[in-house]
Amino acid sequence: MINEALFFSAVLFTIGVVGVLTRRNAIIIFMCVELMLNAVNLSFIALSRLHGSANGQVFVLFVMTIAAAEAAVGLAIIISIFRHHKSVDLRNINLLKG
Amino acid sequence: MLQDLAAVDTHPLAATAARYVGLLPLLPLAGFLVNGALSLMPAYKAGPSDPSAAGHDDHGAADHAHAADHSDDHHAVARHKYAGLVSLVGPLVLALSFGLAVAIWLAMAGADEMKTPYVKTFFDWMVTGDLRISWAFQLDQLSMIMVLVITGVGTLIHIFSIGYMRDDPGYPRFFAYLNLFVAFMLVLVLGASYPVLFVGWEGVGLCSYLLIGFWFSDKANADAGKKAFIVNRIGDFGFLIAMFLLFANLGTLDFTGVSAAAPQLGYNSALVTTICLFFFLGCAGKSAQLPLYVWLPDAMAGPTPVSALIHAATMVTAGVYLIARSGVLFAMSPTACITVAVIGTLTALFAATIGLKQWDIKKVLAYSTISQLGYMFMGVGTGAYAAGMFHLVTHAFFKALLFLGSGSVIFAMHRAYHHTGNHEDAQDMRNMGGLRKYMPITFVLMWIATLAIAGVPPFSGFFSKDGILGAVFERAQHGALAEATWLGMPGSTVLYALYALGLVTAFLTAIYMTRMMLYTFHGPNRTGEAERAHLREAPWTMTGPLVVLGALSAFGGWLNLPAAIPIGPVGALEKWLEPVVGAATVSVAGAASEGVTSTEYALIGVAVAIALLGIAFAVMRLKPAALVPARDAVPSHGFEQVLEEKYYVDEIYDGAVVKPLVSGSRNILWTGIDRGIIDNLFVNGSAVLARGFGWVGSQLQSGETGAYAWAIAIGALAVLGAFTFR
Repeated sequence: MINEALFFSAVLFTIGVVGVLTRRNAIIIFMCVELMLNAVNLSFIALSRLHGSANGQVFVLFVMTIAAAEAAVGLAIIISIFRHHKSVDLRNINLLKG
Repeated sequence: MLQDLAAVDTHPLAATAARYVGLLPLLPLAGFLVNGALSLMPAYKAGPSDPSAAGHDDHGAADHAHAADHSDDHHAVARHKYAGLVSLVGPLVLALSFGLAVAIWLAMAGADEMKTPYVKTFFDWMVTGDLRISWAFQLDQLSMIMVLVITGVGTLIHIFSIGYMRDDPGYPRFFAYLNLFVAFMLVLVLGASYPVLFVGWEGVGLCSYLLIGFWFSDKANADAGKKAFIVNRIGDFGFLIAMFLLFANLGTLDFTGVSAAAPQLGYNSALVTTICLFFFLGCAGKSAQLPLYVWLPDAMAGPTPVSALIHAATMVTAGVYLIARSGVLFAMSPTACITVAVIGTLTALFAATIGLKQWDIKKVLAYSTISQLGYMFMGVGTGAYAAGMFHLVTHAFFKALLFLGSGSVIFAMHRAYHHTGNHEDAQDMRNMGGLRKYMPITFVLMWIATLAIAGVPPFSGFFSKDGILGAVFERAQHGALAEATWLGMPGSTVLYALYALGLVTAFLTAIYMTRMMLYTFHGPNRTGEAERAHLREAPWTMTGPLVVLGALSAFGGWLNLPAAIPIGPVGALEKWLEPVVGAATVSVAGAASEGVTSTEYALIGVAVAIALLGIAFAVMRLKPAALVPARDAVPSHGFEQVLEEKYYVDEIYDGAVVKPLVSGSRNILWTGIDRGIIDNLFVNGSAVLARGFGWVGSQLQSGETGAYAWAIAIGALAVLGAFTFR
């Protein structure tokens, strides 16, 4: 049972990582980040169950809260980027170049 | 500490005026604070519309363009708002100090037996490890003499300064410095240990610097101040080394402690000679002896009362005082004693020859001061401490008189030139001449001082100079110095040579002083028609002190009459100083022989003959009538020119020391090390390095979000891999 759960979590996380690394669209990268967070949540739940402890579930609640806050801020930034560039392609956004 | 207190309580001076000894320097210090505060008050401001200010600035510039190396007393005429108060406070604190000194002296003379000094400890000053130095003053016969001279002559010179400096805008500042000087000078002579003495030593050096550069808006004056300060640093280095050596070997720096422990150093050991010679280096700086005398002639850039007080009567004699104070140490080293005497004699002769050809009246007196200081060192060097101190005292009288008299002359000349708007040099003797008609008081008094310094009986200088020369002759005959060897020569031969050179110097002294008097006061007047009308005697505030000093110069010899001339109490000063320097004198010279020998009469006869011959020679050879004013003078040549240019010593020092130092500093220290290494390599180099690292770092920042994501991912994989395959 635990193996399947952790395997599934690892698959989800890898999909998220690959998505972040390869895609250029800010919205999709954002969704992939959410995917990674949820993969982590899944392994927390699985391990919590394995150890019979509630600690992992508490952490999941924290992660979800942070993810919600992140979503609010992140989407706001993406909208403002879109207003400025008329696009959410991250290749155009390199203002931090040294 | 308890023992000290007990000793103080039972001391014969404990219940007398001597317990107020701390007030002696505090009074002038209070004067310094008051006058210093007044000098900071905005009392006078020369605006652009003020004609006197503007006019005088122009005068100064024009005047110094053609007389760059002459100090002259040109200054703006602007009486300070608080001049009246300053004239009261400045001399009053000195007079009070002098009164207290006299009271202490009376108490000391009244106490029949005073074998040990009266030491008054005020507080612990430095206590670290083995070093324990108290701020303590010491009263004994030696410091008493110095205190009386400093406060007495100092009071007279302060009174003179009222007349001389009254119209200077820096009047309160002048008196503040002068008061501060006296305070430090009293600390110097009262200090009960070498470090306290050193505080006074450095303090008078500071005041000397401030007063030489009193008219600092003129670069030449400011440079003269700096020269004095820097040359004195060389001497002070010697003083410090000597103190360190004393402390390292004896563990104490108190005078009483040092004289008790001195025998540990070993008679005529290399160590005691080294200590003495380092002390003498300090003396050579402060008292302007070869080779460090060069600052004193330049110090004449200061106002004339300063030259009289600091650079003739008191500060420059501090070296003589230091050697007399360290008599115990010097008595243990015949080598050092003879070195002191040799340097003193050579300085006396050297400076006297330069004095023969100077035209600036104050320069003549400056070289004469150096020469007379040489005599004093000849005295203290041969262990004739009483004779050296005697010459110090009489020299303070007659040289202060000569300087103040020259100040009175310069004052009159300057005022005359001021009335007619003439810009000639008011200190050049070629511009004077025939002043006896216009300044009779100054004329008579300066002749008294001249006869005194030339050594004509019965004036004071005769007795003191004769005392020194007689002592040198006696030491050459027998005693520790005659038996010692100095640089491979027998001490006796060296001392006979010194005696002969001393006589030559006495001859030269008579010549250059007579020359100065002839050119200044005799012959035709060379000031010019318009100026002549304005030449007149100085006000009473200036002539009054001159009269007192004249009396002292004339009769100061009675302080210490030789046994050969018993016209009063014989050897009073010698008896007075006996408890302090008697042991050291005996150790150098052996017990004094009783009775008067025919040799002594012969020596006195020779000295008098030499002095009179010198005066006669000068009167016969010099023709004041043939002199022309400075602006028409033809340059001299040959040896005369060498003398007039002071043997080119300043030029030699400039080429040998100053120029290499400046060019070395500029080319190596500044261009090479400061600009090349510090600025370029360290400062700019570190900036370049930081910028390089920054450029490398900035190249990593592509701004591409994807690249960052890849970096994070690869980094995370690397960390994971490192953990997994560890």
